[in-house]
Amino acid sequence: MSVDKNTVAKIARLARIRVDEKQQEELTGELNQILGWIEQLSELDTEGVEPMTSVVEMTQPLREDVVNDGYYVDRVTKNAPESAHGFFAVPKVVE
Amino acid sequence: MSNLNNLTISDALDGMEKGDFSAHELTEAHISAMEETRELNAYIVETPEIALEMADASDKKRAAGNAGLMEGIPIAMKDLFCTEGTQTTAASRILEGFVPTYESTVSGNLWNAGAVMLGKSNLDQFAMGSANITSYYGNVINPWQRNDSDAQLTPGGSSGGSAASVAARSAMAATGTDTGGSIRQPAAFSGIVGLKPTYGRCSRWGVVAFASSLDQAGPMTRSVRDAAIMLEAMAGYDAKDSTSVNVGVPSYQKALTGDIRGLKVGIPKEYRMDGTPKEIDEAWEQGIEWLKSAGAEPVEISLPHTKYALPAYYIIAPAECSSNLARYDGVRYGLRVDGESLDDMYERTRGEGFGDEVKRRILIGTYVLSAGYYDAYYNKARRVRTLIANDFKKAYESVDVILTPTAPSPAFGIGEKMDDPIAMYLNDVFTVPASLAGLPGISVPTGLSSEGTPLGLQLLGKAFDEETVLKVAGVVEEAAGFSAFPQLMAGGK
Repeated sequence: MSVDKNTVAKIARLARIRVDEKQQEELTGELNQILGWIEQLSELDTEGVEPMTSVVEMTQPLREDVVNDGYYVDRVTKNAPESAHGFFAVPKVVE
Repeated sequence: MSNLNNLTISDALDGMEKGDFSAHELTEAHISAMEETRELNAYIVETPEIALEMADASDKKRAAGNAGLMEGIPIAMKDLFCTEGTQTTAASRILEGFVPTYESTVSGNLWNAGAVMLGKSNLDQFAMGSANITSYYGNVINPWQRNDSDAQLTPGGSSGGSAASVAARSAMAATGTDTGGSIRQPAAFSGIVGLKPTYGRCSRWGVVAFASSLDQAGPMTRSVRDAAIMLEAMAGYDAKDSTSVNVGVPSYQKALTGDIRGLKVGIPKEYRMDGTPKEIDEAWEQGIEWLKSAGAEPVEISLPHTKYALPAYYIIAPAECSSNLARYDGVRYGLRVDGESLDDMYERTRGEGFGDEVKRRILIGTYVLSAGYYDAYYNKARRVRTLIANDFKKAYESVDVILTPTAPSPAFGIGEKMDDPIAMYLNDVFTVPASLAGLPGISVPTGLSSEGTPLGLQLLGKAFDEETVLKVAGVVEEAAGFSAFPQLMAGGK
C-alpha cells in the first residue's frame, strides 16, 4: 500500500498538523519508504494469532468510583497559554 | 575536575558514610563538571541551586542517621520526567516553558531516596530517535571521539543527554527511558551501563508518554552495581499507573554474587545478521567465552520472528504516539500559535510545535489507525507482537538469560544516516524485540572498537527477573574490565 500527496494532506488534517505543499511532497516520499518497509509483515501468516493487548499478564485494577483528587484549579490551569475564571480559554467556536 | 567525579555511586556512598566528603562537596564537583562540559549540550536546563539545596538536606539526613539508598548522589534527570517547579520539555518546542505542578513517581522516588538533581538532560524530541539529533534544543555530542579524529559523534538516543552526562562525569548517574532501545543503545554508544527494567516495574506516572505499551524508565550508570542500587530506588508499585505491577522490589545488589555456574545463556542465531560489522560479532563471541569461563553454559536458541520486530514496532509505536501526542493542542499547556479558527489554531500550533521526526511518526500512526487500514497494519502488528513474545517465552523454557550485541555498530558521526529514516531505525534491531515482549535488558560496556569508541553487549532476562540480568551483567563487567575514558570529559583526558 502506498500514499499519494492527497492522502498525506488528509492524514495531516486528521492529525491536526499543518503541513505545507512542499512538506506534503517530502512526506509522501518518506511515508511511502516507511510503509514499503513495514509491508514485509504481510509475508507472515498470523491466522489465529491473538493481537497483543497487554505485555504483562495481569487483570485490570479496579477501585471504588469515588473522588480522590482535585480541588486545585489554579494548578491545573497554571500552564495554559490562556485561561480565565478557572477555565481554559480557546478561540471563539460559536457565532 | 576532582577525583570525586570518577567515583561510582557505591564508592561515593561509602565515602560519605565514612565522612571523607559531603554531599555538598560531591555535588559542587559535579556542578563544575557540568559547566566545563557544556559543549556536549547534555543538559537542557541546569539546576545548580536546587542541587546544592538538596545536597545540604542530604548531609543533614545522613548526619541524623536517615540516609536513603541514593543519599547525596547527584544525578541528571531525563527531561521527559515531570519535575515540580522545573521546566519539562521532552526536548520539544511545543512544551517550551512548561513547568509541571507535580512530580513524576520515579523522580519522586529518587528524591525520597536522597538523590540530588543536577539538571534536566537532553534527549531526542519526545524520545523519538536513536542519535539525539531531533531535540529542539540542539544535538547532544558524544564525549567519545574516534582515534585521531575530532569529528562529532552521536551519543545514541533517545536518552543521549543522560548517557553523555554520565560518560563525561558531569553526573554520577542519570535516568533514562526506553521504548525500543533508548536506554540500552545510548549506553552502548557512550561506554556506560544502561538497564531497561521489565514493563510495569517502574511507574510511568508523570513521564511524558511516547508509546505507552512500551515506555519504561531505568537507570544509566557507570557500573552494574550502581544500576542495581538506582533501580531499587526507582522501582515499585504505583496505584497511579494502572500498568504498574504490584510485585515486591528486591534488593538488587544482593543478586551480584558473581556466581553464574550452571546458568544457561541463550545465544539467538537470528541475531547474527548479514552486514553486521565483524568486530560486533567478535565482541559477542568474546562475551560468550567470558560467561563460559565463569561456568555458564551457552545454548544456541532460535527467536524465529526477530526480523519482523522492527517493522511491527514502527507500526505500534507511531500508533500509540499519534494518540498520546493528541493532547498537545495549544489549550492546556505549552505553545499556542493563534489561527483563524479553533482547528486552524490546533494545526498551526502542532505544525510549528513538533519537529520533523515527531510529525512523521504522528502521521504514520494516524494512517495505520485510520479506517480501512486498522486491521491490515495495527492489528497485524499486534499479532506479530504476540508471536515475538511467544518466541521469548519458548526460549526461556530452556535458558535463564540471553546474550546479544546491544547495537549493530559503534557510535556514528552526527550527520550520518540522517536522510534515511529506516537506516536510523535499524539501530534498534537488537533492542526492539525485548521491548515488544516487555522484558528486562541491560547493556554493559565491553571494550573499544577499532575506531576507539565503546562497544556494548546486551543481556535479556525473563519478566521481573532483573536479578539474573544484573548478576550475569556483573560477570561480564568484571571480565571485560572496561576502564577507558572518553576524550571530552570533565578534567580533560
